Amino acid sequence: MAAFVWLTILTALRVLGRNRMRTALTMLGIVIGVGAVIAMVSIGDGARRAVQRQIATMGTNVIIVWPGVTTVSGVRGSQGGAVTLTVADALDLKKKVPLLSETAWAKRDVMQIVNGNRNWNGSINGVSPSYLTIRDWSFTSGGPFTQADLDSAARVALIGQTVAENLFEPGEEPVGAVIRIKNVPFRVIGVLAPKGQSAQGSDQDDVIFIPFTTAERKVFGTLFLGSVGGIFASTERVDDLPEAVEQIREIIRMRHRLQGEQPDDFTIRTQVDIGKVQQGTSQTLTVMLFAIASVSLLVGGIGIMNILLVSVTERTREIGVRMAVGAKRRHIVVQFLIEAMTLSVLGGALGILFGVTGAKLTTVIAGWPTIVSGAVIAAAFGFSLVIGLFFGLYPAAKAARLNPIDALRYE
Amino acid sequence: MASLISCRDIWKVYRVGEVQVEALRGVDLTIEQGEFVAVMGSSGSGKSTLMNILGCLDQPTRGSYHLDGAEVAGMRSDRLAEIRNRQIGFVFQSFNLIPRTSSLENAQLPLFYRGLPLKEQRLQAAEALRRVGLSGREHHFPAQLSGGQQQRVAIARALVASPTLLLADEPTGNLDTRSSEEIMEILQGLNREGMTVIVVTHEPDVAAYASREIVVTDGRVVSDRAMRSRQGIGH
Repeated sequence: MAAFVWLTILTALRVLGRNRMRTALTMLGIVIGVGAVIAMVSIGDGARRAVQRQIATMGTNVIIVWPGVTTVSGVRGSQGGAVTLTVADALDLKKKVPLLSETAWAKRDVMQIVNGNRNWNGSINGVSPSYLTIRDWSFTSGGPFTQADLDSAARVALIGQTVAENLFEPGEEPVGAVIRIKNVPFRVIGVLAPKGQSAQGSDQDDVIFIPFTTAERKVFGTLFLGSVGGIFASTERVDDLPEAVEQIREIIRMRHRLQGEQPDDFTIRTQVDIGKVQQGTSQTLTVMLFAIASVSLLVGGIGIMNILLVSVTERTREIGVRMAVGAKRRHIVVQFLIEAMTLSVLGGALGILFGVTGAKLTTVIAGWPTIVSGAVIAAAFGFSLVIGLFFGLYPAAKAARLNPIDALRYE
Repeated sequence: MASLISCRDIWKVYRVGEVQVEALRGVDLTIEQGEFVAVMGSSGSGKSTLMNILGCLDQPTRGSYHLDGAEVAGMRSDRLAEIRNRQIGFVFQSFNLIPRTSSLENAQLPLFYRGLPLKEQRLQAAEALRRVGLSGREHHFPAQLSGGQQQRVAIARALVASPTLLLADEPTGNLDTRSSEEIMEILQGLNREGMTVIVVTHEPDVAAYASREIVVTDGRVVSDRAMRSRQGIGH
């Protein structure tokens, strides 16, 4: 049987090599289908990986609580505009939710920062020290501020890469320098390592961190002391996130004296929620992609079936001879199936080649990240095989059903 | 010992639309191992139908056909394919070689379906080509060979399987006189080595090589006589 299959493959290759143009045109559908799938999936995977990386820059297992919309006499305020969340809420969560490994609070505003004759408008964030742990910020030089700095409302600042580049000369060491935020002098004690774009597209490195107490007392001039722009927390394990979110919701509702039907006056989001939005988009794309690819592969398969039917007719006498010298029906079926699969697999292999090349070219020319995975290549290959098998069945059966006498006499 | 071929009251009826055509109408025929038989008859006489049935390419509508002691009538197609593969060699008027395929591979074909190892197939096919005088032409395509040579490849293909019965349907119909003589001498040679040969023809010159002549007319055997076979050139 091995010799039979091997010789049949060789025969198929020879038959296909005889009509090169016909073979090439027949394979084209499969080549385009498989090539498109490989290229698109590679680009999609690359994009997904980039988004995942961006989401990972948020930190690890992060939960964010924002103050919600307040409704005053039927007029809704803007999201985050209320002062419903407080430091006391955060401290209470820290005490009552053991699932939370870290809890922090923050408040931000955009203000002018001055260093000598340079100035920059940046996002000033007053944060409690564990905020840096939750968001996984690391330092290129210097280090974080401490609980003591928070307690004493110290005038120390951590600056992001973008801020450092705009306030300091290249090569100048920011750590130790004194900058002014709203005319209040701050000593720079750390420069943050770059994170790049966030999943929403904003520059995460355009940032300054100062102790929360310093921010609210000396810079922002807050009306309500203790109000925060957001509470940040994290859990040890990603599986703990839903449970932690429920507990946080209950505690804050209790603290805010919200009764049964009253809506939350705050919003809770986790890193997983944010990831899901991105995944939803890429899933829609994937479904569309597969719809297009299946149409193209279907057309390719029909092309193969068509050309095989022609081939069966052209080679009726040959089929008759083969039957006369002892080919059983299954030999004839296998011969034409192998021919179909040779066509589709060759087409698939070419498609893989074009797809991978296309993906690489996209990276080189457009600069998009692409990931060519072995699994996709294997799936494309397997799929071409199945197409050959499926669309080869009918012509093969037609050939095997021939009557040897009629086949031998066929002109 | 049982006869190689034993046909009893063989009928073959075709239905063409509303009309029934009786191609064979009760043929009785016995052929012994080692005979050289010429089946003669005009076109439409039923000799080709008889040949197809004897060659297990077709089944009789009625009657019994024993080949080498086994009842062939009513066999399944796979079993018939096996019998054709192991016991019968075919030579056709139009050679019926597979185009753009070498002589060697054409001659290999029956062994290919027997599932022999590739090396064994090649050896035996090369030997069969040698026996018909085509050594050195193993890798020629049919189109590169003369008609006589193509028919010799076809004979090599028929005898590579060491069949007990060689069936030749108008083997010289497409050949010139000289090639015809060559082909008939090869068949006669194979017969002398013990192979049973049946030649279907309408040419008395060809039939003259046989030792027995059967005439078929209107689906019946009308004459069956032994002959002194013609000696080939050089004998």
